[in-house]
Amino acid sequence: MDGSGKGFMLMDVRQEKIKKEYQIYVKRKMPKSNLIRDCIMAFFIGGLICTIGQFINNVAKTFFQLNIEEASAFTSIILIFLGALLTGMGVYDDIGKYGGAGSVVPITGFANSIVSPAMEFKREGYVFGVGAKLFSIAGPVLIYGISTSVLVGLIYFFIK
Amino acid sequence: MSNRIGGQTIKLENPPCILSRATIVGKKEGEGPLGEFFDVVLKDDYFGEKSWEKAECRMFQEAAMLAITKAGKQVQDINYLFGGDLLNQIITANYAARNLGIPFFGLYGACSTLTESMSLGAITISGRYADLVLCATSSHFCTAERQFRYPLEMGAQRSPTAQWTVTGAGAFLLSNDDKPPYITYITTGKVIDYGITDANNMGAAMAPAAAAAIKAHFEDTQQGPDAYDLIVTGDLGSFGRDLAIDLLKKEGYDIADRFIDCGCEIFSDDQDVHAGASGCACSAVVFGAHILKNMEEGKYKRILLLSTGALLSTTSVQQGESIPSIAHAVVIDMNRG
Repeated sequence: MDGSGKGFMLMDVRQEKIKKEYQIYVKRKMPKSNLIRDCIMAFFIGGLICTIGQFINNVAKTFFQLNIEEASAFTSIILIFLGALLTGMGVYDDIGKYGGAGSVVPITGFANSIVSPAMEFKREGYVFGVGAKLFSIAGPVLIYGISTSVLVGLIYFFIK
Repeated sequence: MSNRIGGQTIKLENPPCILSRATIVGKKEGEGPLGEFFDVVLKDDYFGEKSWEKAECRMFQEAAMLAITKAGKQVQDINYLFGGDLLNQIITANYAARNLGIPFFGLYGACSTLTESMSLGAITISGRYADLVLCATSSHFCTAERQFRYPLEMGAQRSPTAQWTVTGAGAFLLSNDDKPPYITYITTGKVIDYGITDANNMGAAMAPAAAAAIKAHFEDTQQGPDAYDLIVTGDLGSFGRDLAIDLLKKEGYDIADRFIDCGCEIFSDDQDVHAGASGCACSAVVFGAHILKNMEEGKYKRILLLSTGALLSTTSVQQGESIPSIAHAVVIDMNRG
C-alpha cells in the first residue's frame, strides 16, 4: 500500500512538472498581438472619435450659443446616438476590430456595449432578454465607474 | 472474447461502413477554399428561421435527412441517432431529434462529438445491435458567440489565438453493408488537462488531448504514423496544430508530413479567422465534404480522424478553472482490414 501510494505521488509530481513546462512553452510560443500597431490604431481611431466630439462641441457653442455644460450634454447625446446607430447598422463592431481600446473608451463604445446585447437578446423577449441583458457588459463599467467617482468625490470633499 | 487491444482501443470485429453523408455550411464557409464540396451552402445565417438557434436546429435536421435520402433509406429504417452540439443542454440535437423521430442518444463532447458519435455508432453496429446508425453534429457561429463570448455587434478585438466557430452541420449514416470506407478501429480519449485557462486559446488546451489520443492509438495498435496516409484533427487551429506536432515529437512520433487540422482547412487566410476554425461542425463538414471525397478518389487509403473537444463552460471559465480537453480517434479505411 505504502509503495503504491508513493508511486502515485511521484506520478503526480512528474505530471505537475510536465504541465508547468507545457504552460511555459505555450506562453513563449503563443502568437502575440501586435502591441505597437494596436496602440497606434487605438490612438488614431480614438483620436478621430474625440475630434468629431470636439467638432460637435464647437458647433454647439458657436452656432447654437450653448454654454459649456449644455454643449457637453449636447455632444454626449449626439455621440451616443451615433454609436448606437452604427452598432445597429452593423458597422461599430468593424470599427472595434481595428480601433480596439480607441473605440471602446469613448462614449460611443459605451453605447455599443448597451445596444449590442439589446439587439442580440431581443429574441428572448423584452423582460428576460433586452431588459435583463441590457447591462450585461456595461453593468460592471457603471458599478465601478460610479463607485470610483463617489470615492474621488469624497477625497475631493475632504482635501478641498 | 473481447476485441479490445491495449488500454484505449477497439478493433471492430464487423467494421461498419459510412454509407452516406451530408454537409451543410454557412455563407462564410461556402466562400472558403472548400466551398464547392459542401452539399448545401446557406445564403444567410438565419436559414429562413426566426432565431440562430432554430437555424442551427434546421441545419442539423436537414443534414440528417439528406444523409438518409442519399442512401435511399427512410427515417423509419434508422435504428439510432447519435448526436450533439455545443449549446447548453444540447438543444440543437434534442430539438432536431424531436422532429426526426429516431431513437436518440444525445451526446456532449464539445467539438469532439463527431468522432464520439461515430465511435459509439460503430460499436453498436459491430455488436449487431443496429443495422443503420446516424451520427450528426452541428455548430453555429452566432449561437456559439452569444453563449460563450460577446454579442455579435459588440466591438471587441479577438486575440491572435482565437478561433472562428464553423456554421454548419454534418451527418453520417453508418451501416453494416460491405461498401468502403469502413471504420476499423476506435480509440477513446481520456480527459486531459494541462492547466491552460485562456478560453481564447483552445488550441493550446486541446493539443495535449489530441497528442495523447494519437500516442495511445499508436501504442495500442503497435503501428506508427506510417500506417496512415493522413492524420486529421478536428479544430486545434494553426497554433494548436504546431503544439500537437511538438508534443508527439517528444514522444518519438513525427507526424508533421501527414498531419492536417480541419480548423486550418475550411477558411483561407484572408477570411480573418485568426488561428483557424472550431466547432462541432468543423471536423464534420471538412471530413464529410473534403477528406472522404479524396478517399473515394483514391488519394488516401487509410486515415486517422480525431475530433478534439474543449470541455469548458462559461461558468468554469469565469471561476478561473483550467480547460479539460478530449480527443477520440477513429480509423477510416478503404479496406475492411
